Amino acid sequence: MNNRIMLSHNNSVKIVGGINGSCFSARKTHNNAYLLKKMEISVAEAEKRTGKNAVNMQETYTVYLIETRPVDAASEGTNPALDSLWRRYSEFELLRNYLLVTYPFAVVPPLPEKRAEFVWHKLSADNMDPDFVERRRVGLENFLLRVASHPVLSSDKIFYLFLTEENGWKETVFETGFQAKADSRLKALNATFRVKNPDKRFAEMKHYGDELQSVISQLLRVRARAADRLYGVYKVHGNYGRVFSEWSAIEKEMGDGLQSAGHHMDAYAASVDDILEEEEHYADQLKEYLFYADALRYMCRKHELTQYELEMAVQDLTSKKQQQEELATGTIRTFSLKGMTSKLFGQETPEQREAKLKMLETQIEEGEEQVKERNAECDEFVKSAWVDIERFKEQKDHDLRESLISYAIMQISMCKKGIQVWNNAKECFNKM
Amino acid sequence: MSSAGAPRSLASSGQKSIQDICHPLSAEESALNPGSAGLILPNGTPVDTSSPASSSSLLNRLQLDDDLDGETRDLFVTVEDPKKHVSTMETYITYRVCTKTTRTEFDLPEYSVRRRYQDFDWLRNKLEESQPTHLIPPLPEKFVMKGVVDRFSEEFVETRRKALDKFLKRVADHPVLSFNEHFNAFLSAKDLNKRQGLALLTKMGESVKYVTGGYKLRARPAEFAAMGDYLDLFTQKMGTIDRIAQRIIKEQSEFLMELREYGPVYSSWSSFEEDLHDPLEGVSGCMSNCSSALEELTEDMSENFLPVLREYVLYIESMKNVLKKRDQVQAEYETKLEAVVFREDKKTAVPSDVEKCQDRVECFNADLKADWDRWENNKRQDFRQLLTGMADKNIQHYEKFSIIEVSMLLKLLRHPQNQKEINNIKPI
Repeated sequence: MNNRIMLSHNNSVKIVGGINGSCFSARKTHNNAYLLKKMEISVAEAEKRTGKNAVNMQETYTVYLIETRPVDAASEGTNPALDSLWRRYSEFELLRNYLLVTYPFAVVPPLPEKRAEFVWHKLSADNMDPDFVERRRVGLENFLLRVASHPVLSSDKIFYLFLTEENGWKETVFETGFQAKADSRLKALNATFRVKNPDKRFAEMKHYGDELQSVISQLLRVRARAADRLYGVYKVHGNYGRVFSEWSAIEKEMGDGLQSAGHHMDAYAASVDDILEEEEHYADQLKEYLFYADALRYMCRKHELTQYELEMAVQDLTSKKQQQEELATGTIRTFSLKGMTSKLFGQETPEQREAKLKMLETQIEEGEEQVKERNAECDEFVKSAWVDIERFKEQKDHDLRESLISYAIMQISMCKKGIQVWNNAKECFNKM
Repeated sequence: MSSAGAPRSLASSGQKSIQDICHPLSAEESALNPGSAGLILPNGTPVDTSSPASSSSLLNRLQLDDDLDGETRDLFVTVEDPKKHVSTMETYITYRVCTKTTRTEFDLPEYSVRRRYQDFDWLRNKLEESQPTHLIPPLPEKFVMKGVVDRFSEEFVETRRKALDKFLKRVADHPVLSFNEHFNAFLSAKDLNKRQGLALLTKMGESVKYVTGGYKLRARPAEFAAMGDYLDLFTQKMGTIDRIAQRIIKEQSEFLMELREYGPVYSSWSSFEEDLHDPLEGVSGCMSNCSSALEELTEDMSENFLPVLREYVLYIESMKNVLKKRDQVQAEYETKLEAVVFREDKKTAVPSDVEKCQDRVECFNADLKADWDRWENNKRQDFRQLLTGMADKNIQHYEKFSIIEVSMLLKLLRHPQNQKEINNIKPI
C-alpha cells in the first residue's frame, strides 16, 4: 500500500490510504537495450602494474582493459578500431558509489567480490591469483553490461566518460559533488530510522533481500564444502592408476588390461578440474545475486530514509503550528520551557508575542514548502523505485532460471564424461 | 564359468568320461602298485602310472576346463534359494544346495539339502585338513561388521549366495577335491552335524598328514619360489587397492553429507519466491534423488567390492600355508635323504620311508602346480568380474544421475510464459 501524507484543507496533517498496487505488463529483459544498442563493451584483458600509492608506498595492482566500439559503424560494414582504456578495481568502485548516490531509487548492479569468499581449498583466496583475476575480469564486464542495459543508468554521463575518458575521469566524478550527497547515516550499519508508517511493499522487499542473501550464502557455503569433497573423490581414483600399473608388472595375461585401465583412472581423476571450474561459473552467478540482494536492501533503506525525512518535516511543521496556536490563544497545552519561564518570570510583552508569531508564520510557510517538497520527493522515489524493482524482479527470475538450466546442463555433461571414462575402463578390464 | 540352470545329461557314447578313469588317489592300491589300474587315455593309449605324480598331473591335464562344455561333467552343484530362519537363540540364513551326479561315490543321483554358512566353513576347513597339497577355493568373508552391513539385506544375501555357489562349483570341478568324502557328505547328508565327528581320512590323507618337523629347506625350486614372491607382491597390491577403495568410500560419504544439504536450502529458497518457486522446488527434489543414487553406489562398494578383495587376501594366506607345507615336505625328504646318503657306504637299499618322502614331494609339487594354474585362471576371472562390476556400478550411477538431471532440465525449460503473462496483469 502506498501511503500518501497529505495536507488537508484545515492545515492539519492526515494520512490517507493510497493507491493499491500498481499496474504493469510483463516486459522481457532486453540485453541490447539502451547504451548497448549503440556501443559494444567488453573487459578484454587484465594486467599487473606497480606504482606508488597515496602514501607513497610501492604497491602491485591489477588493471583491466575496457574496450568499446560503436555498434552503428560496425553494422555499416567498416570495422572501426576499438577504443580502449585501462581501469583498476577502485575506479569501478568509485563509479558504482557515484551511481548509488545519484540514482537512489535504482537497484544498482553489483561489482564482483572484492576478496574471494566461499572458496574451496584448491581455489586460491589470493587476489593476485590468475584464476581469481580472470573471474573478476568476467565479473567486471558483466557489471558494465548490466549498467549499459539499465533504462536509467545507461544514459549517465559519468558512466559514459568512464568507458571513454581514461584521464581526468576521477576528477570529473569528484566535481559532481556526489560525495556530499552521500548520506553518512546510510553507511552506519546500525542506523535505524523509526518510520511511523512504513511502506509495506518496501518492507516486504527488504525482507526478501534479507532472505535472498541468507539463502544464497548458505548455498555457496554448501557448494564450497561439496566441491572440496568431490575433488577428493575424483583424485583418490587416481591412486587406482598407480596401483594398477604396479600390479600389471607382476601379471602375465592380466597386465595389459590393468595397465590401460589405470590410464583411464588417471584421466578420470584429472577430469574433476574442469568440472569444478564450470561449477565456479554457477557460483559466480549466484554471487552476483547475493550482492544484488544487498543492493536491493540498500535501496529499501534509502526509501526508509526518504520517508523518515518526510515524517520529520511533517513533525516539525506540526509542532510549529501547535506553538502558533498556543501563542495565539494564550493557552499552554503542551509543556514547553518557554511556557514555564513565562509563567515564572512573567508573560511576554505584546510586541514580543507579535514578533514571535511573525517568525512562526514564516517558519510554517517554509515548513509547508518543505513538506510539499519531501512529499513530492517521496512520491517520485516510490514511483521510480517500484519501476526498477519490477524490472529487477523480471531480470532476476530470468537470470536465475537460466543459471539453473546451465547448471543442469553442466551436470549432465559431467555424467556423460563419467560414463565414457568408466566404459573405457570396463573395456580394459574385459580384456584382462 | 559355471554351468547355469539345469545340468545336462551325460554323454553315453563316444569319448570316455572321467568316471571311467580310475582316480589314483581314491584307489590307494593303484597309487602304490603301478600298472595295476590299467589307465587308458581316451584315444586308447595306455597311461604310465609308474608314479603317482605323473598320473595325477595327467589327470589334471585331462580335467576339463571350466569353460569347456559340461558334456563330460558328472557332478553339478548349485547354491540357491536363501531363506531366513528365526529361532530363539539366533537368526541365520540357509541356502539350498542342489546336486545332480552320476558318480558312483554318491548313493543317489540327486540331492537337495539346506546348509548355512557355518557348514560351508566346516567343509572348507575339512578340505584344507584332508587335502593339504591342494589349494582350496575361497569362501566369502565370515564376519561382517554388524551395523555397517545389513546381514539380512537382499543384496548382501545374494552376494554371499553367489560367492558360495562359486566356491562349491570350483570344488566340484576340481579333479581331486570333488572326490573328497567331506564334500560328498556336505552335498548329501541330511544332517551334517552327525557327520562332522567322523574321522574318516583316506589312506592318502594319512600319508600326507604332516608333523611340523622343523626341517630346514636347502633350496626352494625356482617355480615355487616365484609363486611365493608373487603371492607376497599380490597381497601388497590387494592391500593398496583395499585402502584406496576405503578412502573412496570415505570421500564419497562425506560428499554425500554435503549433497544432502542442498535439497533443504533450495527448498527454503523456493518458499519465498513466486515465479522461481517451482523451478527451485524441482532442483531441491533433484538433489535428494542424486543423494540416493550416490548412497547406493557407496553401499555397493562396501558390500560387494571390498569383501571380494578381502576374501582374496585370506585365500592367499591359506595358499602361502600350502607353500610352506610343501617346503616342509621337501625339507623332510632332503634331510632324510642326506642321512641315508651319509650312510651309503653301508650299501643298503634306499629305505622305503625315504622313498615315501620322495613320493610325497613329487605328489605335492604336481598337485600344487596344477592347482596353481587353476588358481591363476580363476583369479583372472574373479578380478575381471570384480573390476568390470565396479565399472558397471559407476556407469549405472552416472546414468541414474543424468536421468535425474535431464528430468529437472525439462521441468526448467517448460517456461510457462503464457501463464506468467496472465498472472502479472492486475487490476488498478
